[in-house]
Amino acid sequence: MSDLHTELKKSIIEQLNLEDMEVSEIENDEHLFGDGLGLDSIDALELIVLLEKDYGIKLSDPNQGKEIFNSINTMADFIEKNRTR
Amino acid sequence: MSRNYLLNDSIISPLGFNTAVNIEAIRNSESALKLHHYSKFFENGYYAGLIESDLIDRKFNTIGDPTLFTKLEKLMILAIHQVIEEATSVDLNNTGLIISTTKGNIDQLGKNEFPTDRIYLWKMAQVIADFFEFKQKPIVVSNACISGALAIKTANDFIQAGRFSNAIVVGGDLVSEFVLSGFQSFQAISPEPCRPFSNDRKGVSLGEAAAAILIGPDDSETKQKVEYIDAVTANDANHISGPSRTGEGLYQSISRLLKNNNISTTQIDYLSAHGTATIYNDEMESIAFNRAGLESVPVNSLKGYYGHTLGTSALIESILTKHSLLNNELIASYNFTELGVSKNLNIIQNNENKDLNLALKTASGFGGCNLAMFLKKERI
Amino acid sequence: MNRELFVHNSIVIRNSKVYKNGQLIFEAETDLSISKFLKKIYKQQELKYPKFFKMDNLSKLGYLGVELLTHGDIQDKETALVFANSSSSLETDTAYAETMNEFPSPSLFVYTLPNIMLGEISIRHQLRSENVFFISEDFDPGLFVDYSKALFQQKKVVNVLCGWVDLHNNEYDVFLWQIALSGGKKFNEEELKKLYLPTHE
Repeated sequence: MSDLHTELKKSIIEQLNLEDMEVSEIENDEHLFGDGLGLDSIDALELIVLLEKDYGIKLSDPNQGKEIFNSINTMADFIEKNRTR
Repeated sequence: MSRNYLLNDSIISPLGFNTAVNIEAIRNSESALKLHHYSKFFENGYYAGLIESDLIDRKFNTIGDPTLFTKLEKLMILAIHQVIEEATSVDLNNTGLIISTTKGNIDQLGKNEFPTDRIYLWKMAQVIADFFEFKQKPIVVSNACISGALAIKTANDFIQAGRFSNAIVVGGDLVSEFVLSGFQSFQAISPEPCRPFSNDRKGVSLGEAAAAILIGPDDSETKQKVEYIDAVTANDANHISGPSRTGEGLYQSISRLLKNNNISTTQIDYLSAHGTATIYNDEMESIAFNRAGLESVPVNSLKGYYGHTLGTSALIESILTKHSLLNNELIASYNFTELGVSKNLNIIQNNENKDLNLALKTASGFGGCNLAMFLKKERI
Repeated sequence: MNRELFVHNSIVIRNSKVYKNGQLIFEAETDLSISKFLKKIYKQQELKYPKFFKMDNLSKLGYLGVELLTHGDIQDKETALVFANSSSSLETDTAYAETMNEFPSPSLFVYTLPNIMLGEISIRHQLRSENVFFISEDFDPGLFVDYSKALFQQKKVVNVLCGWVDLHNNEYDVFLWQIALSGGKKFNEEELKKLYLPTHE
């Protein structure tokens, strides 16, 4: 597991107040929304803020979020390709 | 039990500083929504309905010292002042004051222009009440975007409980950086003036306004007046920021209201919807209205004229519904293009004169709250 | 209809203590931060509701108060919620305003309305019922009495859950009670004041 994957899990747990979760409990390919981690629409908005704040990526179209936030893997891929910091 | 009526009223908005001017403006298809700059949250500006502070101060100068009150307090005081000037039945010893707001003086947070306790909604309410020397303690309703209509219900219930002889309901909210940035963080602000129920709608436009109305018994010989019949609220129990996909709470509030009052949908002449122009809200409303059997009732959203005025919106819309009933006039749903919700609605596309007697007002808001209210014209 | 109404069950949360029907049922160290105090109640009550951790402190107070008051079980899904406080959502307003300097936080903004607490309670207990939220400087029993009585008189409810849930500058003051057509103490301003005040040091 890359550092970025772990870093993402840590910041998701912290930013989204998933207080009862640990990094080791989140699988790289687990769905973040719906039947996986069970995140909701506010969490999605908070993830958009996280992309901008931590990686300097501004999502121009919020609908992009659906694919990017599918799992930790898809998020990490997207960040690797687009990060400005 | 005494019946209560929607009596003298006042609307203060970018379209004008009294109700008559506002009605004339929307009748002529004017909108308060203009492109504004100077918000750090919008590189390319944003559409909203704003009231110039200088204009407010000039109007306020005739009744008080504008430096002593916040922008929102001045707007609400101006609205109440008009109602008191016109209404002979206001008695400061027994008339209640009920204030509807979501964020009050939130624009003053972190500033030192006024005593810091003005950020409390009860303090703002007391300042407004003291301006007129109301003897009854003011009551504040803060229940998101249904507050304006919920304050009318509260007025009715408290008058019937014997707490007041009648009550002035006043609503007010500003387009502050606080609220703008919040709606922007929800990605809910439309890049163009909002288009409720349209297939090209892209979100909310915000607006600022204050409004006031006297609620109470009326035994005058007025030929026609509008009576408050009843209001019901219901929570979605679904999500704190998103409406239920099935419109459950809104549907429940409407169907309970119909049942409580033995009214059938065929008796309803006009439906004043919430219609914020977000994708999910308008879709939810169309589903709830269809479930309740309201698909053929003429319906509009007034957000295209004013933007979403938050704690004022359901109050302004109730006041305009009252005048629609009295004037037998349906007002077009401004900025509507083509129907963009999954269920059919009878959107009012042109102003139209029509005999109107019974209106349904609905509103929905964050926290999953919904409200449905009947207003009825009474003829002597 | 002008039937008599009764208060059955009440909860007071104040000064690191929880009282049910006047009896002390939980006490924590007084130097705990409010977040830690609330988490301690959550753990001690063995509650399992991960949404709790996402709430702001005002909603946590309301949620916990209702769990303690009802043992997590509200049978009548049409139980109305009549709530009030003094500081609205000012605590979270201030926290959100701080994020405005950089990246405005949607998950804080959503809690900048006091009635969000009613949404959280309604979601938890699946209540599709009447809601109202008032703001008054101090606990004002008359507001609850007049508004609730009207709901009963208009035959809209047979149960009401009332709450005064205030939070400001880490000071919290919670008083919750249920009203029904039969039960314990009479529902009037004097009784409410007595139930609210005895532990008020």
